[in-house]
Amino acid sequence: MNVTVCVKRVPDTETRVRIDGTGIETTGVKFIVSPYDEFAVEAALRTKEAAGDGAVSLLSLGDASTAESLRAGLAMGADSALLLTADVGLDGLATAKALANELQGSDDALILFGVKAADDDQQQVGPMVATLLNRPCVTGVASFEVQGDMAVCHREVEGGVEVIEVDLPAVLTITKGEYEPRYASLKGIMAAKRKPLEEKEATSVPERLRVDRLSEPPARAAGRIVGEGPDAVPELLRLLREEANAL
Amino acid sequence: MARFEGIDFYDLDSLFTEEERMIRDTVRAFVEDRVMPIIGEAYIERKFPKQLIPELGELGVYGANLPEKYGCAGLNNVSYGLIMQELERGDSGIRSFVSVQGALVMYPIFAFGSEEHRTEWLPKLATGEAIGCFGLTEPDYGSDPGGMITTAKQTSDGWLLNGGKMWITNGSMADVAIIWAQTRELGDVKGIRGFVVPTNTPGFSSRDQKGKLSLLASDTSEIVLQDVELPESAVMPESTGGLKHPLMCLTQARYGISWGAVGAAMACFHEALSYSKERLMFGAPIGGKQIQQVRLADMLTSITTGQLLTYRLGRMKDEGTMTPQQVSLAKRANADMATNVAREARRLLGANGILVEYNSMRHMANLESVYTYEGTHDIHSLILGQKLTGLSAF
Repeated sequence: MNVTVCVKRVPDTETRVRIDGTGIETTGVKFIVSPYDEFAVEAALRTKEAAGDGAVSLLSLGDASTAESLRAGLAMGADSALLLTADVGLDGLATAKALANELQGSDDALILFGVKAADDDQQQVGPMVATLLNRPCVTGVASFEVQGDMAVCHREVEGGVEVIEVDLPAVLTITKGEYEPRYASLKGIMAAKRKPLEEKEATSVPERLRVDRLSEPPARAAGRIVGEGPDAVPELLRLLREEANAL
Repeated sequence: MARFEGIDFYDLDSLFTEEERMIRDTVRAFVEDRVMPIIGEAYIERKFPKQLIPELGELGVYGANLPEKYGCAGLNNVSYGLIMQELERGDSGIRSFVSVQGALVMYPIFAFGSEEHRTEWLPKLATGEAIGCFGLTEPDYGSDPGGMITTAKQTSDGWLLNGGKMWITNGSMADVAIIWAQTRELGDVKGIRGFVVPTNTPGFSSRDQKGKLSLLASDTSEIVLQDVELPESAVMPESTGGLKHPLMCLTQARYGISWGAVGAAMACFHEALSYSKERLMFGAPIGGKQIQQVRLADMLTSITTGQLLTYRLGRMKDEGTMTPQQVSLAKRANADMATNVAREARRLLGANGILVEYNSMRHMANLESVYTYEGTHDIHSLILGQKLTGLSAF
């Protein structure tokens, strides 16, 4: 069972983001594999282990520093990695096309994504790649199992679990469910150095989305004190009813 | 409190390789997820958290700088140091467990044992399936191990050990003990040899040392050796250097301690800094008060100095040029530094600082042991004094 996992390098989710014109200031920022993509890597490794054979390949689009994120995935246990070097912007379709161009010839039964990137939160690229490859796609998969020529996917929906059977080959986007990512072992980190990590330029896809400006959200205004003690209650109720529409 | 991100005021990160950083970050995440939630309770209950033993083995921290051939991770010494730093960020007891297993049990088996010793024990010790301890110190021979009264007498078909050891980390949990014993006249430091002793050998017994006020989440035991009969093969064939060979093990362990102490200090600083920004007194965060800012500046300075020492020490160890005296300097300086940082952090935390839900007082109490074991602060002063003057003060 061969699985490809597409991963994105993102700023650590605990980073205090500072804005720099149309992007964020990256000096001193630690970058990590997007946590949702780590779930997808974990899911891929378990799928391979359950099948008893096959390979897990990682694919990423990004600048040269993305190689570090791919090695983190190799250290977790993936078998090989390919980095498509490109300047990645916010245009999900451009990213999807560049990935799909590479994946066009892939006969891997599964292509996995994190349900979304932890930085831009767009949730676009997985389903777009599926569409471009003309493969079925299930999004927000909390767990799945391969049964013969299909994958049985569990999605967590309001008040229950939705079960979707999808024919392989398919594209799944993985959310936090059963796939708590494993720690890379220290031996795994050493072994990652010896695993193949190929780099090549991505096919050029023009971005059609332009960022004009990024700005901080306005600072929150200070709270308002309407009075003290029981005397303040009628005014508080009035405001909750008339201004906040909370009652 | 914000997630621990390390302290790196002088951008040492840019001097570590990507692999070294990845190793550190992996152990850091493990400590955050697996050690921090349970360590306070383990400490109060005076129990080493045994459930971590196989998990740490799976991670690969035991004897991590020994070769892959024996099931170890084959890391360089800087990576090994970073592992010690991150483990002690959690607790000195956890780091002690791993230090003893790696530097004091696996290292001597690797360096002085027979190939049979290595293949029998190293893979099991690397996974944590077997636990080891190191018996050098005796009740009356701590700083002066050469005076030991534990003896090994040659018999017709092997060895007979008698004596006792004290302050033995992992002593009650261990499956195998590296016991150092005098094979000649008492006081003849050239006669000291090392033995690989399975702890189920008749005559070997151990018991927990009661009444500790430090390293509570660690097994510290006394070992009694009463007519312990061992085969000829129990002696480590290469342990022919007398007292020098157990001291070589201590150099390995002290190297790790110099990194570990930095980790404990970083944990305390992290806690103190977070607290200073959140704790309000006189209507404002205490971090805005000059007295706390001086404290924090002093702590940061000490930690940064300690980090530079270990970084350079590690690179020298990897280049093969590190001397035992350089290790003494780093162990002495960093254990002292960490005890001071921990105490100042605890003070900054005010009354809350005596609670187990904060980490600084636990570290502060632990570090008194770290200051004292593996060559006390004072003994390391004498080692350096001898190096400087050529005159022995022992």
